[in-house]
Amino acid sequence: MATIVGSVMTSHVPSIGNAIAKHRENDPYWKPFFDGYPPVRAWLDRVKPDVAVVFYQDHGLNFFLDKMPTFAVGAAPEYRNADEGWGIPTVKPVKGDPALSWHIIESLVADEFDITMCQEMKVDHALTLPLALMWPGGGDWPVRVVPITMNHVQHPLPSPKRSYRLGESVGRAIASWKEDVRVLVMGTGGLSHQLDGQRAGFINKPFDLMCMDALVDDPKKLTRYSALDLVREAGAQGTELMAWMAARAALPGRVTKVHSHYHVPISNTAGGLLALQNDGAALARAA
Amino acid sequence: MKGYNEAFQDIPGTVVFDATQSRLGYHLNQFCMSLMKADNRAAFKAGERAYLERWPMTEEQRQAVLDRDYNRMIALGGNIYFLAKIGATDGFSFQNLASKMTGVPEDEYKAMMVAGGRPIEGNRSKTGKAK
Repeated sequence: MATIVGSVMTSHVPSIGNAIAKHRENDPYWKPFFDGYPPVRAWLDRVKPDVAVVFYQDHGLNFFLDKMPTFAVGAAPEYRNADEGWGIPTVKPVKGDPALSWHIIESLVADEFDITMCQEMKVDHALTLPLALMWPGGGDWPVRVVPITMNHVQHPLPSPKRSYRLGESVGRAIASWKEDVRVLVMGTGGLSHQLDGQRAGFINKPFDLMCMDALVDDPKKLTRYSALDLVREAGAQGTELMAWMAARAALPGRVTKVHSHYHVPISNTAGGLLALQNDGAALARAA
Repeated sequence: MKGYNEAFQDIPGTVVFDATQSRLGYHLNQFCMSLMKADNRAAFKAGERAYLERWPMTEEQRQAVLDRDYNRMIALGGNIYFLAKIGATDGFSFQNLASKMTGVPEDEYKAMMVAGGRPIEGNRSKTGKAK
């Protein structure tokens, strides 16, 4: 049976891609951000996931306003990145796991989540940069991926509560997968930021830190917020917190915080990182 | 559903990209999306006015693009994720666009971010009534 080793949630802003491409990880501006990642990489080296199920929003590379699914699941054998029009280099293709993707799709639909199924799908920086942060160096990716997109482009957005329930359902689907694979669940985006209008640059550190704490011990607490609340508290694009909530919700029992890191700013955004070990999986391995 | 758009009116300096904005800006955003291809970026730079004529945008929208007036483009239905592709075509970062939208020099905007970002105080709720 499949094992969920844990969850990693991280910010994904495009400028991280430029910083990596230009080897600026140790520049004074970037170092406090990149310094958060080595402990999580060390943990990943220990738990060795085979597959990453990634909750994120596509910013217009695969989906545009002509067709915008609220939730979509990729079921392709391979996912390619492409020119997103803002100058960040594209990365190597990522292998998929179509059998697991279809199992998740079937489980979600049986669970009454009316998701969109995609046998071809481009993946944007919101999937590729988190992979590059976890497994740097530009080599072959050590994980296969199952991309799950959530609409954060076009309102009305899904609610935090619905996003959380989606994550719970995906967690149950993974737990019931027959293959003996180790699965990491990722959530990317956030934390507080606003890119547009006169409120651009809005950051809410107390709110971000409260959310990071809640995601460890009391994640359901965050489901009382509406999308509107998140726009107000975390900025117009800070609604991406919902991807973190979905990734956390996939872990059903107790978790142990492996590492967390928070730094302002990365470009316009509060950079956050949280890694959680699934205690149930750790016990199963020890037994 | 009552008041989806109204509900956002209390948040200062923010145009939420809802149905109203998306309908207004559909072709403006389509134009922006075309800039994901290098050939299109080159064609746009070679003749902006002529390139913009290819999309059924309003004249007001075309002028806002030519003026690089991002707040105006947002008011006319542009979505920042797509508008940023114009900025990138010009060689500018998100931070440069943010400085334009907030009307401060870029170095001043960057300094605000390094100091922790735009403060919460005064930027959550216009009426102060939000919980």
